[in-house]
Amino acid sequence: MAKRYDLRVYPGFRAVTFLCLFVLYAPLVVVMVYSFNASPSITNWEGLSLRWYADVFTGPESAKFKAAARNSFVIALVAASVATAIATLSATAILRGGRFRLRLVSFGLISLPLMVPEIVTAVATLIFFNAIGFDRGLLTILLAHIAFCIPFAYLPIAARMQGIEDTYEQAAMDLYATRRQAFVRVLLPLMMPGIVSGFLLAFIVSLDDFIITNFVKGAGVETLPTAIFGSVKQGIRPNIMAISTMLLAVSVVMVTLSWLISRRDTTR
Amino acid sequence: MSDERAAAIDVRDAVKRYGDFTALKRISLSIADNEFFTLLGPSGCGKTTLLRMIAGFEDVTEGAIFLFGDEIETLPPHKRPVNTVFQNYALFPHMTVQENVGFGLEMLGRSRAEARARAGEMLEMVQLSQFAARKPAQLSGGQQQRVALARALAPQPKVLLLDEPLSALDLKLRKAMQLELKHLQRDTGITFIFVTHDQEEALTMSDRIAVMSAGEVQQLGTARDIYERPRNMFVADFIGETNLLEVHVDRIAEGRALCHLGGGHALSCDAVDGVGVGARVHLSVRPERLALSAAAQGDESLAGTVREHVFVGTDITTLVDLAGGISLRVRSANSARASAQMFEPGAAVHVTMEQGAGRLLVD
Repeated sequence: MAKRYDLRVYPGFRAVTFLCLFVLYAPLVVVMVYSFNASPSITNWEGLSLRWYADVFTGPESAKFKAAARNSFVIALVAASVATAIATLSATAILRGGRFRLRLVSFGLISLPLMVPEIVTAVATLIFFNAIGFDRGLLTILLAHIAFCIPFAYLPIAARMQGIEDTYEQAAMDLYATRRQAFVRVLLPLMMPGIVSGFLLAFIVSLDDFIITNFVKGAGVETLPTAIFGSVKQGIRPNIMAISTMLLAVSVVMVTLSWLISRRDTTR
Repeated sequence: MSDERAAAIDVRDAVKRYGDFTALKRISLSIADNEFFTLLGPSGCGKTTLLRMIAGFEDVTEGAIFLFGDEIETLPPHKRPVNTVFQNYALFPHMTVQENVGFGLEMLGRSRAEARARAGEMLEMVQLSQFAARKPAQLSGGQQQRVALARALAPQPKVLLLDEPLSALDLKLRKAMQLELKHLQRDTGITFIFVTHDQEEALTMSDRIAVMSAGEVQQLGTARDIYERPRNMFVADFIGETNLLEVHVDRIAEGRALCHLGGGHALSCDAVDGVGVGARVHLSVRPERLALSAAAQGDESLAGTVREHVFVGTDITTLVDLAGGISLRVRSANSARASAQMFEPGAAVHVTMEQGAGRLLVD
C-alpha cells in the first residue's frame, strides 16, 4: 500500500527529474568539458588538452588573473572571518540574551539583507561610501563583503545554536564556570559545526560576488568575478572556461565541507 | 556570618512571580545538614522552580534563601557551593566522561592533574572507571545518570540538588538507583534535595518530604507522617491510595472524634486541630488498614456487599459497596490469602477499620 504514495512512481517523475537536472547542470558541464578543449574556439572540439589551464597561469592575462585571485581570496578570507565573528556574537545575543524588546526586530534586521535585491544593496553601499567620502579600493570591497556576508554566516550559526539546550551552559555555571568560561568551554565547542559552516558559506558568497563588488571596487582593483567579466567583454576565450571550472571546483569543495561539518552532530 | 549549626538550606518567605503568575506563594522551609530532603508534587507545583532558585538559575521575587546561614540571593550560580543533577543530565557531549566529571574542579582552579585524579575516584565510586575515555553519547541512560551524579559530587558541594534525575530510567533501573542514591547520600554526608513527582520514589528515599501543590507546601514531614497522617485532601489523595469518606463530626471526647457517614454508618478516629464538632470533612482510610469479615467485629464494622476483586500481584484489592452509595477499597496481602476468607462478588461482608487508621482531613 505504501508504494502507491511513493513519489517515485508518479507518472512523469523520471522525465521531470532529468529535465531539472539538465537545466541546472548542462551549462556547467559544457563549460567544464570545453575548458579541456585543445582548440582556441569555444565551440569546436579538437581534442583533450590542458593548454587553457596553463594559459591561465602563464598566458597573456595571467598577471591580471593572479592579482584578481589573490584579491578575491584575501577578501573572502577576511570578510568571512569578520562576518562569522559578528554573526556568532549576534546569534549569542539574540538567542541567549533572554527576552528583550527588540529580539524579533533584531532577527529580522539581520536576515533582511538576504531578501533585498543585490543591486539595491550595491547601489546603497556605493552611495554610502560616496556620502562619507570613502575612496573606493580594496578596502571598500572588503567592508561591503563583510556587511553582506553577515546574514549568510548568521543562519547556520543561529540554526545550530537553537538546537543546543541552555541546560549545558547552566550545568557549566552550576559547576563553577563563569559566564565567559561557560561560553568558551561549552557553548562555543558545541556551536563549532555551525560556525565553520557559516564561515564557509560566507567565504563562498564573498568569493562569488560580482554585483556589489563591481559597484564598490576602485579603478584597477579586480576580484576574480570582475576580472572574468572584464575579460569576457572582449570575447569569450577558453581560458575563462578553465578559470570558471577551477572556481566551480573550489565552490563545490567548500559547500561539501560546509555540509559535512554541519551534519556532524556533536550533541550526540 | 556562617553558623556551624545552621540549617543547610533555609528558605524564608520566598515568593516567585513571573509577571502576573505566581509560581511560589511565600514558602518557608528549613533543610537540615545531612538530610535527604524531597520536594514532591505534580508538575507545575513549583518544586523545580524552588530548586532552581536554590541553584541560582531563578531569582527570588521576595524573601530570602540561606545556605548554612549565609544569604545566597546575590551570588551567581557559579559562586554557590551547590551542584545540580539535571533531569536530562546535561553532560557535555564534546567532552569525555572523565573531562565531564573533572570540569567542576577545573573551574574551581584546581590543577588538571588533581581534577583528573578526583574524577577517577568519583568514577570508581559510581563503578564507571572503564568508561572514563568515552563520550557521554556512548553510554546507556543509566550510565549517563551515574556520570551526572559523579560530576555533581566531584567538587564536594555542600548541597546536592537533584531535579527528577531518575525519571528517564526504566522501572528496574530506577529502583536500583533509588537505593544507590540513598547509600551515596549516607556515605558522603552531603545534603540532598531531591525533586520528584513520583510519590513512591519520595517515600523510599527521603528523610523528610515537602508535598507541594499550586506553589505551596501542603505538608512537610517524614515519609511515615505524610503517609499515615496526611493533613489535607491533596496530600491524602496524592500520596498512595486511599479511601476518602465524607463524614460529619458528631462528637469529640478525649481526643477521639465520633463521626457518621451516609447510610447510617458511624466511625471514630483521632481528633485533629482545625476540625470541630459539626464539621463536614473528609476521612481518609488507607485500603490496607481495612479488613473484611463475615461477621461484624465490634460496633464500628460497616456492612456491605463485595463488588469485585482486583489482583495486583502482591496484593488483592476488594471493592465493597456500602449502603448509601459509599464504595470502599480494601486491600489484603496476597500472602495472607490462605488464612483469610475469600469473599465472592455479591457476598455480604463487614468492613472493619484498624484502630487509629482513620485520619480527618483539614479542608
